[in-house]
Amino acid sequence: MSVPVETIAEEMFKMVTEYQGKKNLKALDLTKAMIAKYGDAECSKDDCKHAIRQLMDSGRCVYSYFGGSFITLPHKEGAAPE
Amino acid sequence: MADKKYETPMLDELEKGPWPSFVKEIKKSTDISPACQDLLGVLEVSYEDKKNHWKHGGIVGVMGYGGGIIGRYSDMPEQFPEVAHFHTIRVNMPTGWFYTSDALRTLCDIWDRHGSGLTNMHGSTGDVIFLGTTTDELEPTFKDLTAAGFDLGGSGSCVRTPSACVGQARCEWACYDTLAACNDITQTYQDELHRPAFPYKFKFKFSGCPNDCVASIARSDLAIIGTWKDEIQQDDAAVAEYAASGLDIQKDVCGHCPSKCMEWDGQKLRISNRECVHCMHCINVMPKALRPGKEKGAAILIGAKAPIVQGALLASVLIPFVPAEELLDTIKELTSRIWDFWGEYGKNRERIGELIQRVGMANFLDAIGLDPVPEMVSAPRDNPYVYFKAEDKI
Repeated sequence: MSVPVETIAEEMFKMVTEYQGKKNLKALDLTKAMIAKYGDAECSKDDCKHAIRQLMDSGRCVYSYFGGSFITLPHKEGAAPE
Repeated sequence: MADKKYETPMLDELEKGPWPSFVKEIKKSTDISPACQDLLGVLEVSYEDKKNHWKHGGIVGVMGYGGGIIGRYSDMPEQFPEVAHFHTIRVNMPTGWFYTSDALRTLCDIWDRHGSGLTNMHGSTGDVIFLGTTTDELEPTFKDLTAAGFDLGGSGSCVRTPSACVGQARCEWACYDTLAACNDITQTYQDELHRPAFPYKFKFKFSGCPNDCVASIARSDLAIIGTWKDEIQQDDAAVAEYAASGLDIQKDVCGHCPSKCMEWDGQKLRISNRECVHCMHCINVMPKALRPGKEKGAAILIGAKAPIVQGALLASVLIPFVPAEELLDTIKELTSRIWDFWGEYGKNRERIGELIQRVGMANFLDAIGLDPVPEMVSAPRDNPYVYFKAEDKI
């Protein structure tokens, strides 16, 4: 039985939280990590895509751009004026 | 035009001469938005300092989307408070850039309400570009745009807004329906357009014929260029009319043919279609006498890009000819295989063309399941990058 999308989203969220401020993660990094963890029979690329969408639509994560697009936790931007 | 807030002697120089001037246009917009005055101020300082005063990137965007908003902050917010935030919004243009005047007014009204009023029509991506707004105005602008039937375009590591030439709507040379193909691909890849999931950007561009009016061969990761498979359609009476009206067919047509596939004996134009490389030159010079063939479709090319991280690349032929009716299915099947390979092996900020250069075209073709064909050689008998073994002899 495949892993529920909510579980994948939760795992991804933990990963983003753990790496926050240390390494910028791309959607592909999260997808590869989830497939490595659960196996591609239990966790497809489409499942990962839906999980990322859940994280974005709920506002738990946001996209950032620093030369490429990354997934990060919402935060006050360093570049933004006070 | 509002009174000058800053002295801008260097920018003023750019208003001189008979050419269109972006400085003149920004000055005209100072009545609409106070940001325009500060924009001129910060630009003058940039010219004096010979450095850019914008900070680019960050997390600004609209809920759920990872593309379409390009964050810009000034690094001199105290001096130029009206452009402390000056974010750009990319709006997905209608395919082929066809608008009603009502649609254009709607876009401009939305932007006058929420931003600086300044636009690029269009940016080099093809999108409508709204230049300059604050973070607080992003969601309201997006809401108004979607209510009017528009959506954001692509930015970041995603599918960029696909673009197409005017195609069969306005051009008799179009060998397939570029507008339909571009719209279909835009709708199919909405998720990939709005939610960046790639190593870097990926661009589709659709040109109806080898004139390539959207420069797809130079600027898109996947270029779809209309072409034909049979012989150029030729009207000998019309060729004679061109000659009678003074066209030097030998010099201006045959003389510029890149493959020297045509001969003019003063009476009859003979085309060796086998040697023709479909450059369109002869058709462009004698449009009433020559036309593309009847068996129409497109060539699919891969790997072009403008210089950013590395230098510019021109596209390489991937499939020399796909009949028009099979085109969309072929593009989608091919795209899925290309993205799988790119996702697996592409490095951060590596375009597909750069990946192909790194791993070699032969390995790339093997990975996506395509056999090499002679048309993939960019300069025949000169630089083949696919080496055939003796046992491969056909």
